[in-house]
Amino acid sequence: MTSPADSAVRPGVNETFVLNLGPQHPAAHGVLRVKMTMDGEYVMRAEPVIGYIHRMHEKMGENRTWAQFLPNTGRIDYLSALHYNHAYVAAVERALKIEVPRRAEFLRVITSEMNRISSHLVWWSAYLIDLGGLTPLLYAFDDREKLLDLLEAVTGSRLTYTYFRFGGVYNDVDEAFLRGTRQFVREFRPRLKMYRDLVTDNIILRKRLENIGPISAEQCRKYGATGPVIRGSGVAYDVRRAEPYSVYPELDFEIPTRPEGDSMARYLVHMAELEQSLRIIEQGLDRLPDGPVLGKVPRVLRPPAGDYCFAVEAARGRFMVRLVSDGKDIPYRVKLRTPSFSNLSLFEETSRGMILPDALALMGSLDLVIPDIDR
Amino acid sequence: MNPTLDQLCEQFGRLVGTVPVPSKPPVPTASSSVGPALGLPVAASGEGRVAGPASESGAGLRPADQAAKMAAHPPPAPTGPIQKTDHAAKGYDLDVTVAPTQIVMAAEIMDRAGFGLDAITGVDWLAQEQMEVVYDYFHPTAPGRVAVRTRVPRARPEVPTIAAVFPGANWHERETHDFFGLVFAGHPDLSPFLLPEDATFHPLRKDYQP
Repeated sequence: MTSPADSAVRPGVNETFVLNLGPQHPAAHGVLRVKMTMDGEYVMRAEPVIGYIHRMHEKMGENRTWAQFLPNTGRIDYLSALHYNHAYVAAVERALKIEVPRRAEFLRVITSEMNRISSHLVWWSAYLIDLGGLTPLLYAFDDREKLLDLLEAVTGSRLTYTYFRFGGVYNDVDEAFLRGTRQFVREFRPRLKMYRDLVTDNIILRKRLENIGPISAEQCRKYGATGPVIRGSGVAYDVRRAEPYSVYPELDFEIPTRPEGDSMARYLVHMAELEQSLRIIEQGLDRLPDGPVLGKVPRVLRPPAGDYCFAVEAARGRFMVRLVSDGKDIPYRVKLRTPSFSNLSLFEETSRGMILPDALALMGSLDLVIPDIDR
Repeated sequence: MNPTLDQLCEQFGRLVGTVPVPSKPPVPTASSSVGPALGLPVAASGEGRVAGPASESGAGLRPADQAAKMAAHPPPAPTGPIQKTDHAAKGYDLDVTVAPTQIVMAAEIMDRAGFGLDAITGVDWLAQEQMEVVYDYFHPTAPGRVAVRTRVPRARPEVPTIAAVFPGANWHERETHDFFGLVFAGHPDLSPFLLPEDATFHPLRKDYQP
């Protein structure tokens, strides 16, 4: 049997063909196109073609005031909106030296972790659909629905939140939110056990994911891949610890890692992070101080000239905002460094030589959100 | 294993110290002597960084601390381009300005020190007829964030690619080419990436008219 590499150097022995996956394809997680050069069932080259839903958020940032750009940040990675809110408001707060009340910081952390759980649940459901398991979605979305209801009551929206404001958060939480969140944490733990018993320990899932799509820590570094991807390659890199922000340093949680680097490792890191997010939410609720939720903020924002970065650990990895101010009320430059963009960039190298269904298992494990890539 | 910021400062100091000062500068090196020479407003809006070490390096440090620091670690010969910054105030720990020709060597320093590529982006300084290219690096296992930057003339915006050092730079450079028209010499494919495939415009240039 000829290996795929042989036929590449001896054209005519085996012919290759181009398989176009997407931009509208049920296995492509949104409007992502992958141009695949195939030799039979082997992937010779998988070239992502992106930009189908490019909206030029960075240009929009140069056309509106600092405050007016805030709603855009919830629409980049629509599953992880609060983390994106967080990076942007915190970057502006850093530039203007705005103090954030402690109650607001705790609310930011609690709601961010709820957002992380809801994001991971969507990834989990969609990934299992990729792999042929349709039922888990119905369970995961049941859980997610409870989170969205809780977040809707306090933020006013279900997906594209703009809950964080410069100097705090938009709205204080009420007793019903605190009670409901505690109840969610209580009810979600047994569900996690059920997910483990029914899905994670399932032999079919294991056979589809173990040893599939190995990514080394070195590759993650060279491509800037972060989040569950680098943690699945054995590196405990988490912005919440590497560049501590908000009240995360005061909270006790672990950074789950797996040494294997395969798709199963990334899967297991995601599942372990659900448990850690629950721990953070519990501690946040226990320690939530009284007080205001919005600090003193100037009426017109004019950050002093200079550049300011702020990074957060979003659901998919490191999200960084780089702001350049020239002292006016409109940003001079807003750079959005999104995790999905960097995480997808290593797909071409790592998918080479895989069979197509395995390449899709690898792609799904990268936890891609296409608007996050295209911006 | 993980180099300290001081070690990085020293390595970058050796790098930028080797800049030959061009008698007739066709490409403005962004090292310390160039800011005033180009008529840039010193310590003016937009760019405190080119103004010299005094304006920012001391941010967050009391004068006594700063003096102690200076005594303990005498700064390398040209002090302007390498600045330790306060992470709490800026979001990065080291701010390095190099000449466009030194970008690959700067990337190699970061690579050897175990840093990962965070992002590459541009800033269009229309008034100064310059384009700035900013390379952000993060370290996966040690604290420390580094920003490396360079400036090229707007009329001929060209820097070498670092894709050979960091393969992840391929996409970031392609995106930056889309948005700013910056040319990354040696890049394998600078065709439109996020923009439509027939795009010939560069929307983040400050003189872009839709």
